[in-house]
Amino acid sequence: MITLEKRPEPSRGWSLATPLLAVILTVLAGGLVFAALGYDPVATIRAIFYEPIFGQNSFYYLPQLLVKAGPLILIANGLAIGFRAGIWNIGAEGQYIMGAIFAAAAGLAFYPSESFLIWPLMITAGAVGGLLWALIPAILRVKFGTNEILVSLMLVYVAENILSSAAVSWLRNPEGMGFPGSRNLSQWDAASNPEIIAGTGMHWGVAAACIAVILAYVLMARHILGFQIRLAGQSPRAAAFSGVNPARLVLICMGVAGLLAGLAGMFEVTGPARKISIDFNVGYGFTAIIVAFLGRLHPIGILLAGLLMGLTYIGGEVAQQSLGLPLAAIQLFQGMLLFFLLAVDVLTHYRPKRTQRAAS
Amino acid sequence: MQRRTLLTTGAAAATAAAFGLPARADGHGPLKVGFIYVGPIGDGGWTYQHDQGRLDVEEAFGDQVETVYQESVPEGADAERAITQMALNGADIIFTTSFGYMEATNTVAGNFPDIKFEHATGFMRDHDNVATYDARFYEGRAVIGHIAGRMTNTNKIGYIASFPIPEVIQGINSAYKHAKAANPDVEMVVIWVYTWFDPAKEADAAKAMIEQGVDVIMQHTDSTAPQAAAAEANAAGGTVYTFGQASDMAAFAPMPRIASIIDDWGPYYVKRVGQVLDGTWESGHSWGGMPEGEVVIGEITDVVPAEVKAEAEAMIAAITAGEYHPFTGPINKQDGSVFLAEGEVATDLQLVQMDFYLEGFEGDIPN
Repeated sequence: MITLEKRPEPSRGWSLATPLLAVILTVLAGGLVFAALGYDPVATIRAIFYEPIFGQNSFYYLPQLLVKAGPLILIANGLAIGFRAGIWNIGAEGQYIMGAIFAAAAGLAFYPSESFLIWPLMITAGAVGGLLWALIPAILRVKFGTNEILVSLMLVYVAENILSSAAVSWLRNPEGMGFPGSRNLSQWDAASNPEIIAGTGMHWGVAAACIAVILAYVLMARHILGFQIRLAGQSPRAAAFSGVNPARLVLICMGVAGLLAGLAGMFEVTGPARKISIDFNVGYGFTAIIVAFLGRLHPIGILLAGLLMGLTYIGGEVAQQSLGLPLAAIQLFQGMLLFFLLAVDVLTHYRPKRTQRAAS
Repeated sequence: MQRRTLLTTGAAAATAAAFGLPARADGHGPLKVGFIYVGPIGDGGWTYQHDQGRLDVEEAFGDQVETVYQESVPEGADAERAITQMALNGADIIFTTSFGYMEATNTVAGNFPDIKFEHATGFMRDHDNVATYDARFYEGRAVIGHIAGRMTNTNKIGYIASFPIPEVIQGINSAYKHAKAANPDVEMVVIWVYTWFDPAKEADAAKAMIEQGVDVIMQHTDSTAPQAAAAEANAAGGTVYTFGQASDMAAFAPMPRIASIIDDWGPYYVKRVGQVLDGTWESGHSWGGMPEGEVVIGEITDVVPAEVKAEAEAMIAAITAGEYHPFTGPINKQDGSVFLAEGEVATDLQLVQMDFYLEGFEGDIPN
């Protein structure tokens, strides 16, 4: 029989191979599901992975891939830092919403000024909005020992209600005939987040995501704080003995994650989403959790995982429209990706071993 | 002045040129009709009815048309991509079926001047190739408001409202006015759920109302969760009535669902697609109601006394014949000021800008 034996050290080779293996397994199992639903599995997989990159409309899909992956990468990088330290911020969606609201409110307070100060003000406000929202569960955990998973998650729903009230009342476009939604920020030059090079999808949020990847890499690989974070995640007791202040670590990890999520919301509301609306948030904060783990909590991995996740979204839409595949099948496919990743992850930490059953 | 953009103009022109090319390269084949849905086609309400309209188009034109759709498209950045994608894949006319697609529809329409766009429930037509359409749901609300006023025993009517926009407020006012006319002791409890489709929130709202003694529930949300909550209360010995919304929700008849307002988009979709086929399509705004067959009252069940049913049918006949407008004066606003004088009929402009409750209404519109 085969038993699993814990490896003394997580395997480096498997740690790199498992994401690839998970993708392959997802494609195989996904193909079976699509076939069972009566769709041609090869055509479906082709629509999801091939069409957006090489198909005849790739000139439009490739930039959209960056638009979709940008916020995922930005948010996931912040989350991964906390996850490394064993701090579970599940509420990035709320921090993303609050960043967008803070940014839009700060900017719209000066409408219709064309001052060059508005853009940096909005970036700052977005970062502060996300930061403050993330510090609520952080401070509650440090002061009262509450569970940051629950508190950060519940604050997502609070943020959604604040978003609704902003869209229908205090940030509502006064020229919108009473309909919900703020002014269109992307049509206001001082506040808009356009593509840096038109037609590439490369807006300022995508640039920020790339910078975040680099900074996170430097932090985790070179900085003493990165060492403390990893130590706290692997062995809290050892971390305590080596002088790591756990409260400080919680505040920093939650704060950084909130700040990046807030920035993602800021760049989204001034760019692709164009304005504050009731349905502004579409789940980037939750999907980023998958991206963080798919990327092995490593900045470069997250970059690749964000692009892959973005591809399944864009390709999923292609499959929906060209083949009539139901949305639920696409979501199932995306869910399988995380499922298989966690399943094959066992190979990173354990070694399969053939053992002889002892004769009785 | 786009400080943060490099190379804008040249690249933008290239993008626009690229957009123009791929659509309908062959110029033959069936007319491609696209639909963008806000919910799943199985929601049993709003999106389900739009999808029925799509099927009507297929049935009416057969091989002349091919339909495509994308469901559960969020009303934000993703909508613009979904619509663009549909346009790139050769759709000739695209129906975007939720208010939140308004700006995305107009933005995409600017990039694809040869494709027709139809946006439901909005008001923005920035380009010649964008039309808007809506249905006069308040006509149906008048009828079920009357039934509600006659059926309530506790004199408390509940209204699960989605968002405080004119379309929803029209419905509340129309229902309230006619419930009050049928039963002067009626009071109306409104709960705002800030969603079009969220079974959990809708069920919570319905349960909260039932606990407050409400025994007739109306809804401007798309799921059948309020019906299920009422059925549960009735199974426990209560008497709670509901009305199907957007779709017939016949699964809950004869109790608690005693009637329904059905949106029938089929006639409009068939008409407009036919106009594209024969080249007579033009931009404009269509606001059909009972006379056009776009707003239909579903079967009034036998739980409703024959006398009440007859009154409701008379009102349906009068509205359908154009003899009665649900907003006919005298009507005062909540603050006591005059909205419509004796015999005066509300104009469409007054209706699409409605942002107040009527006189006698308790509570405020969230603002």
